[in-house]
Amino acid sequence: MSHYEAPIREPLVLGDKSYHDITEDIAKPIEGAANKNWYIAFYISLAAMLWGFGCIFYTVGTGIGVWGLNKNIGWAWDITNFVWWVGIGHAGTLISAVLLLFRQKWRMAINRSAEAMTIFAVFQAGLFPIIHMGRPWNAFWVLPLPNQFGSLWVNFNSPLLWDVFAISTYLSVSLVFWWTGLLPDFAMIRDRAVKPFQKKIYALLSFGWSGRAKDWQRFEEVSLVLAGLATPLVLSVHTIVSMDFATSINPGWHSTIFPPYFVAGAIFSGFAMVQTLLGIMRKVTNLEDYITRMHIEYMNIVIILTGGIVAVAYATEFFIAWYTGSPYENYTYLSVGAATGPYAWAFWSLIIFNIITPQLLWIKKFRRSFIITFIISIAINIGMWFERFDIIAIVLSKGHLPSTWWRFEPTFVDVGIFIGTIGFFFVLFLLYARTFPVIAQAEVKTILKSSGEFYKKRREQGIPTKPAINVAKSVGKPDKSDKE
Amino acid sequence: MESSKVIHAFYNDDEVLMDAVKSVKAAHHHIEEVFCPFPVHGLDKAMGLAPTKLAITAFFYGITGLAFAIWMTNYMMIQDWPQDIGGKPNFSWFSNMPAFVPIMFELTVFFAAHLMVITFYMRSRIWPFKEAENPDPRTTDDHFLMEIPVHNNEAEIKALLATTGAVEINVVDK
Repeated sequence: MSHYEAPIREPLVLGDKSYHDITEDIAKPIEGAANKNWYIAFYISLAAMLWGFGCIFYTVGTGIGVWGLNKNIGWAWDITNFVWWVGIGHAGTLISAVLLLFRQKWRMAINRSAEAMTIFAVFQAGLFPIIHMGRPWNAFWVLPLPNQFGSLWVNFNSPLLWDVFAISTYLSVSLVFWWTGLLPDFAMIRDRAVKPFQKKIYALLSFGWSGRAKDWQRFEEVSLVLAGLATPLVLSVHTIVSMDFATSINPGWHSTIFPPYFVAGAIFSGFAMVQTLLGIMRKVTNLEDYITRMHIEYMNIVIILTGGIVAVAYATEFFIAWYTGSPYENYTYLSVGAATGPYAWAFWSLIIFNIITPQLLWIKKFRRSFIITFIISIAINIGMWFERFDIIAIVLSKGHLPSTWWRFEPTFVDVGIFIGTIGFFFVLFLLYARTFPVIAQAEVKTILKSSGEFYKKRREQGIPTKPAINVAKSVGKPDKSDKE
Repeated sequence: MESSKVIHAFYNDDEVLMDAVKSVKAAHHHIEEVFCPFPVHGLDKAMGLAPTKLAITAFFYGITGLAFAIWMTNYMMIQDWPQDIGGKPNFSWFSNMPAFVPIMFELTVFFAAHLMVITFYMRSRIWPFKEAENPDPRTTDDHFLMEIPVHNNEAEIKALLATTGAVEINVVDK
């Protein structure tokens, strides 16, 4: 029944837990009251969000001229943020889809929050192109709808339109994947809710999930097929984002390694953001038995791998920029020109935060340390932002015509909108952490016997995981103390 | 109304439940339903449930999405308003096809994923405002509930269930 797992593998669920304990632990943050720290974090995020919304209204009301863009640099800060947020949005579906296909049980403790992070990050990403349109109320023009302008259609040859399709497919499929997984957990909250209003809300959210054997059979099949569909999807999204640049003919952008390199960078930054969020969340929600040191270490290993791919891509770009001997290539974002030019600070920030700092994770002690993991994850978040900024701002600041060379300097509106999206993201995440089951408890229950500490120890001692049947007890009404 | 009576047998362990399902099946009793708090692997086979065909529907939904993408790009870019973009005119769908691959891929996934999930929701009767039908709230926590219809054999089934490790056995009118 419960699959054998080598004793040498560390347990994924710590402590002496029963199925009911898992229910209690996951329901506790929802049923209890929020503490002071939650309110402090929430109000700071809310203030940042409102500031950002103010900047958005100012931009829309006055025009894109309030940004630091100029004739030469038509997009910089906004598209940087767009790519950064989309990149962060890659870890969730990667964890829940790719790791499901690889049968990695450790994903079960983190997939719910990682997917929530994905969805909230893609929301933020989607804001930027819409604001940049200048007339966001016309945003629906990107869709291939019949219209009153004759037969004017969208241009399916354009990577920007591919992006529209990729991002909206990714967002909607991730949302559906997430929600389907949430149904049994909402049902669990619904069935134990005491307050009538709470019961009503969770009854609505759970879509009337009843947990029949047939439902579970379909549920598992749907999860598997969705994982199969989402795996190429998650890889396609950042591939297409990279094509926004790679299909242009600018030196520094016109690069065939962009798609795989962007995808690796996205996973790199996404896992870093998961580490940042879970490092805090496991503490404040008392879920340290479920999100263990081992989960953190496994994610750090993915970070080393994807960070390595990114480092190799940087080296390749740098080498090629030099090897072509073309003077234009000397102004790409990874070149001697960039390392010594006016954007040297941005160049070196990228190298330090993105390549040098993550190398600390090769040391096992650091990889298993919560504090160091948290600090490195913040560094990677910053580094990955600089990667996109460098690619966009440095490349555009020095085009083919030296008389057009100009630098990008952000205004307070640019910065304000970015801070606003960070605030908006955390507002959503904090509300999520208070109202949603933050761990896929139904799934964790399936691995309790194979990977839980309690059962692993029992198995080592030769005690079967199946409890002995006590026939006398099973007749008539239950004995309330009868808890295994 | 003897025939509308059902027995609800509760279990609090998935392995005990599996053995119970097998012994009830071996005694040739019909298991109407089993409610579980989490998926129990092999339960569907033990109960004799047919495999689900949702994956097959997903395949056909995906084909539909692909066909829709081909039709849409062909109609909009080639037939209705052909344009000459960057000296690369849209004469035929096939010669423009490489540029449409991302759209074709995304719509394939979009159709397959969403229509499969909608099919799942419809088949399993789950949607907003649907009332839950699990007879006991404990079945989403840590209890498993086996529902067996009674046909004048209440005592026999109860005796059998008692030996399988049920923690509670109730007879209820359905």
